[in-house]
Amino acid sequence: MNESQEMVKLTINNIPIEVPKGTKIMQAAKVLGIDIPHLCYHEDQRIKAHCRLCSVEVTGKKRLLAACSTEVWEGMDVHTDTQIVRDTQVSILQLMLANHHKDCLSCPRNQNCDLQRLCSRFNILKSNLPSVVKEVPRIETNPSIVRDPSKCIRCGRCIRACKDVQGIAALTYAGRSSDIVVTTAFNKPMEETDCILCGQCSLVCPTGAIVEKDDTQKVLDALQDNTKHVIVQVAPSVRVALGDAFGLEPGAIVTGQMVTALKLLGFDKVFDTNFGADLTIMEEGHEFLHRLNNGGVLPMMTSCSPGWVNYMEKHFPTCINHLSSAKSPMSMFGAIAKTYYAKQAGLKPQEIVTVSIMPCTAKKFEASRPEMGRDGYRDVDVVLTTRELIKLIKYVGLSIGQLPENDFDSPLGLSTGAGAIFGATGGVMEAALRTVYEKVTGKTLEKLEFMDVRGFEGIKEATVHLPGRDVHIAVAHTLKNARLIMEQVKKGTSPYDFIEIMACPGGCIGGGGQPIGTTNAIRKKRMAALYEIDKALPIRKSHENPDIQTLYQNFLGEPLGEKAHELLHTHYHQVDKPYTFN
Amino acid sequence: MSTQVKFLTKNFGQYDTSSIGSYMNIGGFEALRKAVNMNPEDICTMLTEAKIRGRGGAEYPLGRKWSQARAVRGENKVVICNADEGETTTFKDRELIKNDPFNLIEAMSIAGFVCGATDGFIYMRGEYACHRPLLLNAIRQARNYGFLGENILGKGFDFNIHLYSGGGAYVCGEGTALIRSIEGKAGRPRMKPPFIKVSGLFARPTCLNNVESLSLVPHLLQDKTTYMNCGTGESIGTKLISVAGNVNKPGVFEIPFGTTVREIIYNLAGGIQHDRNIQLIQFGGASGKVTDASILDTPYTYDDLRAAGVMVGSGGILVIDERTSVIDFLRMNQEFFSEESCGQCTPCREGNLHIKIILDKLAKGEANEQDIKTMTTIAKVMSMSSLCGLGETAQNSLLSAMKKFPQVFDLGGARA
Repeated sequence: MNESQEMVKLTINNIPIEVPKGTKIMQAAKVLGIDIPHLCYHEDQRIKAHCRLCSVEVTGKKRLLAACSTEVWEGMDVHTDTQIVRDTQVSILQLMLANHHKDCLSCPRNQNCDLQRLCSRFNILKSNLPSVVKEVPRIETNPSIVRDPSKCIRCGRCIRACKDVQGIAALTYAGRSSDIVVTTAFNKPMEETDCILCGQCSLVCPTGAIVEKDDTQKVLDALQDNTKHVIVQVAPSVRVALGDAFGLEPGAIVTGQMVTALKLLGFDKVFDTNFGADLTIMEEGHEFLHRLNNGGVLPMMTSCSPGWVNYMEKHFPTCINHLSSAKSPMSMFGAIAKTYYAKQAGLKPQEIVTVSIMPCTAKKFEASRPEMGRDGYRDVDVVLTTRELIKLIKYVGLSIGQLPENDFDSPLGLSTGAGAIFGATGGVMEAALRTVYEKVTGKTLEKLEFMDVRGFEGIKEATVHLPGRDVHIAVAHTLKNARLIMEQVKKGTSPYDFIEIMACPGGCIGGGGQPIGTTNAIRKKRMAALYEIDKALPIRKSHENPDIQTLYQNFLGEPLGEKAHELLHTHYHQVDKPYTFN
Repeated sequence: MSTQVKFLTKNFGQYDTSSIGSYMNIGGFEALRKAVNMNPEDICTMLTEAKIRGRGGAEYPLGRKWSQARAVRGENKVVICNADEGETTTFKDRELIKNDPFNLIEAMSIAGFVCGATDGFIYMRGEYACHRPLLLNAIRQARNYGFLGENILGKGFDFNIHLYSGGGAYVCGEGTALIRSIEGKAGRPRMKPPFIKVSGLFARPTCLNNVESLSLVPHLLQDKTTYMNCGTGESIGTKLISVAGNVNKPGVFEIPFGTTVREIIYNLAGGIQHDRNIQLIQFGGASGKVTDASILDTPYTYDDLRAAGVMVGSGGILVIDERTSVIDFLRMNQEFFSEESCGQCTPCREGNLHIKIILDKLAKGEANEQDIKTMTTIAKVMSMSSLCGLGETAQNSLLSAMKKFPQVFDLGGARA
């Protein structure tokens, strides 16, 4: 196929090169190892050509051309390092700096900021222009996402992520000329808009203009508090993303090293959200069978992705009864930790601090929901994103790659392959099918892999043959795809029985709380790593997890039983927005 | 030689602009009748022979543009008339709309026929709202008479015209911003490619023309000889210009190319108020370049103006007398761009702001040599790297003024 591809010959900085027709100057230069500076460009996004930082000189052209948006042509003679190109790069960075809150030390993105990195690269040590930044306070009105408009360089990446990936468009440009800002409809706080707090904007922001709410200090304080028993649970997708920040290959599996790091950080117990995932499968799987057999509301839809739940509540409130009432693995874990585990460990629930390490900004919101707790204590006390965990690990001076491996603690640390794959789109469905199939048929599944629901495709469909009935399933990730599914559900024309939806691209492995620099290419590597973890585990079906079995025998009783209902299920409700465009 | 001609403006005052019958009495729609019986390619050739360049300011050859529009493969092509006329000191298109609306409708029909378009859009600047009824009436009557609609003149060609009003942003005169504005989006330019001739309004192949460029076509079809006999060298024919500023009789004039700037300012526009001296002249609106009185004996042609360091551009001429300093003029011009930049691309959004700051310092006598250097660099970077034509040309006045009036910016001597 490559041979039939039409090739184009050109020179970049006098070096001859041949690339496929249609290649942009920026990618052609990359082949030669030349990194043309850029800020608004993002490899997973539609090209914007706004920042103009990638302007290069092309012989015969009067003006500079943007390397991100200009396709190469036969005989093109590109220069990326002439006086005018340098003047342009430095001037544009200086212009950005003049309209940027420059207190890097106070910035959550210090040392992990594209603007800072580029200034350093071009030896810009200080701003040569008077500051024109409008000092506005940070907007910290919700538990998930903090906006700092004075750090915004108007690159538009967050707008594209929100609109093109999620189909929500909670963020947009407003105003014009030097007054242009990135903001929400009517300048409302994000939680009052269409925003569902998924944090994809924070993942693509090149500066510190949109960041997760930093809760690391709460954890550091709790760890120093001798009266508290601090336990931590880690989501399935964190162990395949954490390594990125420590120079490991994307998709590197660092489960054991991560456990060691958490123990060195001082957590009393290091548990696994995968245990909660197995528990979720027990409840959700039985709930599905119950609905199927008793004429309940179908299609049933998964409810473990909090961004997705928020989306349902805000955008399709009339369809809420389609959501499974099962709590997410994180919240199930929290509920069990404050009850079952507390009892076992001989602790009062209020003596336990549950910390969750999540790939997700919306999880911070989920943990704060009034439904997620009882008797005055929370299921989960603090949620940290993968990014915040990275900060903590660096804070204590650890390097993940060099740490020895350790196992999760018992009893909430043992999990199955089914729990592991929760982190990828299609994983929850596959895990549920493994259990549902065996519960219904009483037979052992011969082939555990449901290949139809794997992969990065936006919407996947499959049919599973159960005795007496075919079950039609669908799996979608990103809310843009979810909307397509939901329009059918709303109209009552959905052909499916069971639907899994994850708010973020690729599922949790691509969550809004994952390390900065997460791209679709990296998401795919993390996805492969999760399936690798699954394959290597001795137990790969949730209902075969012995600790889960013990939990039901000794504490919960039956799935969907009274105790289970009290602790592991919840209700969702319509969320009104203060405006409407109808 | 008379300094004013009537070619493009010959219908002005000759018919009742609210009545198609009145227009037809003076030969209206005969050009369309002629055009639909011609090979469209021959019409392009005629425009190329007449060397018509786009009158909006970009000066792109009209014949080539239409020929390319014809050649683009695609369904439902669109012809747009750019009546946004946002350039300062430019108000010639308004005269064409006001005095000869049917000619514009006829011209668009011809454009639709030549380009193979099914729809025409007139994007008129918001401030011209008072002329909407006139154009809507003209469109309605033309449709009733079969000059628009289906199977026009029995030639099996369908074409409709839609009128849109802008919201008042200067940048919406830029092709891609104009298109986004019609589409109901915020009027901000987008990167090219895709070029609008391939994917423009609603992703349809689009041919965008200025009012004056379009208006020329019916006249040219009727009377090519008169047009070809006007003008000089590469600048054939006539040009509608608008003169403003400190002149006695500001207004719109149709001149043959080749008329000297002196004749324009001192004969047509009645000279400078109170016989003051000229400080500077800006050609082509706010995005145009400036020069001083040394240009007076230059003939008004594309090539001669370019050789003199300015451009025809939109056809606007602003004359500033000695009472206004060069810096104050530049500050006023800069004020305009600081308001009108769309704000998407960095050089234009931030550059305009900082140049304004430095010009203000300069006016107060507080600028130093480093400021001048910084300002020059920013202005150059803006022209070289901005996303659209607005940022590219916003500093034309400053950069040309720095060349023409170096003493104003020479702080070294003064401070030494």
